[in-house]
Amino acid sequence: MMEFKGRIVAPGTITAEAVVSHGGFNTLASLQGALQFGDKKATCGDQNNPDLHGKELAGKALCLPMTIGSTTGGLVLYCACAMGRQPGCMLFSNPIDSLAAAGSILASVWLEGVQMPVIDSLGEDFLSYVKDGMSVTVKEDGTVVVEG
Amino acid sequence: MYLTDEQQAVLNGSKGETMAKVMKTLVMYGETFGADKLVPVTSDYNHLVTSFGLKMMKPVFDLMQQLIDAGAISSQKFSVDPRPLDKNVPANFLQKLIFNKFMYSTQESYEQQLKELGLMNEDAFTCACYLDQVGNKPKKGDILSWAESSAVVYANSVLGARCNRNSGIMDIMGSIAGCVPHFGLLTDEGRKATWIVKVECAKKPEAQLLGSAIGMKVMEDVPYITGIEKWLGTELSDETCAYLKDFGAATASNGAVGLYHIENLTPEAKELGTGLIAPDAKVYVIDDEELARVQREYPVMWKKPDGAPKLCFIGCPHMSMQQLKDWTVRVEEGLKAAGNKKVLVPTVFTTAPAVKKEFEKTEFAQRLKDTGVILSYICPLMYMNNPLCKSMNVITSSNKLRTYTTSRYYTEAQILEIITKGGQQK
Repeated sequence: MMEFKGRIVAPGTITAEAVVSHGGFNTLASLQGALQFGDKKATCGDQNNPDLHGKELAGKALCLPMTIGSTTGGLVLYCACAMGRQPGCMLFSNPIDSLAAAGSILASVWLEGVQMPVIDSLGEDFLSYVKDGMSVTVKEDGTVVVEG
Repeated sequence: MYLTDEQQAVLNGSKGETMAKVMKTLVMYGETFGADKLVPVTSDYNHLVTSFGLKMMKPVFDLMQQLIDAGAISSQKFSVDPRPLDKNVPANFLQKLIFNKFMYSTQESYEQQLKELGLMNEDAFTCACYLDQVGNKPKKGDILSWAESSAVVYANSVLGARCNRNSGIMDIMGSIAGCVPHFGLLTDEGRKATWIVKVECAKKPEAQLLGSAIGMKVMEDVPYITGIEKWLGTELSDETCAYLKDFGAATASNGAVGLYHIENLTPEAKELGTGLIAPDAKVYVIDDEELARVQREYPVMWKKPDGAPKLCFIGCPHMSMQQLKDWTVRVEEGLKAAGNKKVLVPTVFTTAPAVKKEFEKTEFAQRLKDTGVILSYICPLMYMNNPLCKSMNVITSSNKLRTYTTSRYYTEAQILEIITKGGQQK
């Protein structure tokens, strides 16, 4: 078990199974297909992301360095939240980028009852330690506990 | 973050609940990135990324309607990304059914929303809004609330405007409020390069391949690029701007670059030179072998990788007038050399509606038509955004299109050979 301390971008608590991307998470490429064609499990469609391609993202603890790609990224994440297909939480090793932040903020201001804790600046050690399938718990104070 | 009395009043509800939410969105956005204040948006026009009436985006359309109903309309008019459909682009019966009945069934109603929110005009659908014919070209130093990654990186790098890599929806929020948080690429510090990229190629690198390599290496950082002025020159000619348009789009989609500097060429690099480079900047050297490696490693996503190409897209981002003319000549010459009359792969060139109209007034329009190439205002990315395209072998010279779809990337020379001479490059 390891604990990591990050900055709270969107508050909340959750325990979920980790899915880990070591490269940048391309929100549009990852989620567009899943949102458009009724895939409630939000299977990652990004062919350029060997870590996540074909894996289910909805409800999972998505561990990543940052998001990349098209500036539709934030609205794609916003739509995923509105449709209940968002990751259970998003845990960034780096400081959060503007697209992921936008998606998370828009969901928190304009949607009601959406829970998706977002923690950033967890550090490179976090991303080296956490592996697919590990159990990840996000605590109220931004502490992330990884077990498994 | 410091707010003026007026901004604070709006946040407290002086202009109603919806405007308070708009301001709250911007304040939260700024606070996340340590912004010290909100600064006025100064460009003449805004640019939005959301142009497509995709059924799955109902939550976005609901939000837009909330803004319209509350009268939360920007004083800025805006251009917007390209339309997703054009009946002139080849599509089979099943594709047409999926496009019109399932995917883009809300296109018409969404375009009505765009008009109510302040669309510049009927032709303002393009990702390359800064092209002269379109008329949304910011001035150096303008503060923008744009989204669209390729337009943001162009505005920052080539025009010297200041804009963060805002997400869709955040773009309209800043425009409605008339202010954006002051952080990142809006600040002098945020515009400093943390990478030095040394281009040591023997021949002029392909714009979209060089951009891809840099994007994948530096991700969201700002690169200062040396060694390409010998091909690009030191002035922003039409040809150079077209190169930078394609190069930037690749850096922004294959990575997350919002600004690049090119030594002796882009406006800030000309003014400040190596003073733009931050201490301890990392170094990335690119030669021909490195570009070949990058291209080799692109995954092939076709269901039948050895199958023949069925469709070719050129123009993501949209082509400029000069590119359309140059490509017309290249296709003509390629066909002549191969002894063919028409392109051997259905080929679509995409450009802004306003550029298309101007191009159609020139002699090149008929010449292009004679080669069999189709000219469209479509967004190829949106066209390919469906499961049927996986079994349709699409080729492209766009690294942005490659990144988001199952299309296969080839250099411009390779594409030209495939469409004019036939066969498939390995």
